[in-house]
Amino acid sequence: MTAPRITIVGASLAGLRTAEAVHAALPAARITLVGDEPLAPYNRPPLSKEAAETLARDTAAREAVFGKLLLRSKLSPAALSLRLGSGAVALEPGGVRLADGALVPGERVIAATGLRPRRLPLPGAEARRHVLRSFDDLVRLAPSLRPGARMVVIGGGFIGCEIAATGRKLGLEATIVEPSPQPMLRALGPRVAAAMAALHRAHGVVLLTGRSVAGFSDEGVILDDGQALAAEVIVEALGSHPNVEWLAGSGADLRDGVLVDDRMIAPGAEGLMAVGDVARFVNPLFGPEARRTEHWCVPGQTAKRVGETLAAEATGTALATRFAPMPSFWSDQHGMRLQAFGAPYLADACRVLEGELSLVGRAPVIVEYLRGGEPVGVLGLGANPAALARARARLDAALTETLTA
Amino acid sequence: MKVDVDMSICLLHGQCVIAAPEVFSFDDDGGLVWVAEVDEAQRADVEAAADACPEQAILLG
Repeated sequence: MTAPRITIVGASLAGLRTAEAVHAALPAARITLVGDEPLAPYNRPPLSKEAAETLARDTAAREAVFGKLLLRSKLSPAALSLRLGSGAVALEPGGVRLADGALVPGERVIAATGLRPRRLPLPGAEARRHVLRSFDDLVRLAPSLRPGARMVVIGGGFIGCEIAATGRKLGLEATIVEPSPQPMLRALGPRVAAAMAALHRAHGVVLLTGRSVAGFSDEGVILDDGQALAAEVIVEALGSHPNVEWLAGSGADLRDGVLVDDRMIAPGAEGLMAVGDVARFVNPLFGPEARRTEHWCVPGQTAKRVGETLAAEATGTALATRFAPMPSFWSDQHGMRLQAFGAPYLADACRVLEGELSLVGRAPVIVEYLRGGEPVGVLGLGANPAALARARARLDAALTETLTA
Repeated sequence: MKVDVDMSICLLHGQCVIAAPEVFSFDDDGGLVWVAEVDEAQRADVEAAADACPEQAILLG
């Protein structure tokens, strides 16, 4: 038997970890990692935080900043063929067609194409408008992060809140425009979101909630109530679209990402798997609905599962375990670490286990999230890592019990 | 194998404590502590911990 050719599309954290998992499972496999960006796989979370701060203070520090983001790999160059600078445009019977016309062969194709930022479909102020997903986005944004500049962030999700907090640290004026009543409301629920809103306001961020952007002028943004906000820097942080267009016609279910089963295999599309935040899958810890999860931990968890699947296929055995990864995510805002485990966004109630929400940012707080009275998540705000680890272990035990029940 | 953590870049995410609880843990003050020399049998867990570290602060030797 010849060595299988496996092509991974998306030279991201998910792509790299998947390449490592494939190599570990099938050492003879010829693995190609395709990416549209010209850069080797790198870490994205610091783009709105430390990397933004460093590059804004010294725009010449580009190489040093990228060097810190670059992901170390266990794979030798011989084990992995990197094909950067041209993205995938179609899945074809023999492999993956790239934008430059080349066909990268692969009996097995793994989608790790991730997301791209959603833009407001409104014209105007193009030179001042930014998004923050790639290193190039940051390189374009950083020179405008100057003390005294006025920044309007459109969207009060995690990226929006992080870049607003970074802006304040750098001495910018920062305003967040968010249509819902609180920032990060869907992810954190009303009580914690309100506490985070208070933290932002205490650090000088102007929060305009219940408002949306109706248009752009030469000076900045115009809100739906007619108010004009002057801004030298505008960041659109409105969430993301999964990059699945290249899979059109493949047979895979592409409603909100690529639907995959418990093995990370896409039903309906022969030879296709998906990993990372483009993959939509059922996590039995949280019920029967398939969901995409945009957390940093997901690439590693789904990549590992691909390895398990390929190893099981190679030996003709069944997968020994169910795929039930514990989600976790974090954010750093105004010098405070927010860290969560489980799925707080599914909760219908929360209770404070430690501290007080009115003291967020000044004293440690740990919150438990409940759905129908059962724990689904735990969140620390400036929490002691040891105390949070204990709360997480209790959550883990409770969720695992649901799994076996 | 040897395990080290670059505490100048560690931000105490605690992902290693989850991936390899027998090697990494928090002390009562929330500081990270780890076993500096582990058995080969623990290699998979320790490598998973290194992969799960958002700061790439775990060094294996």
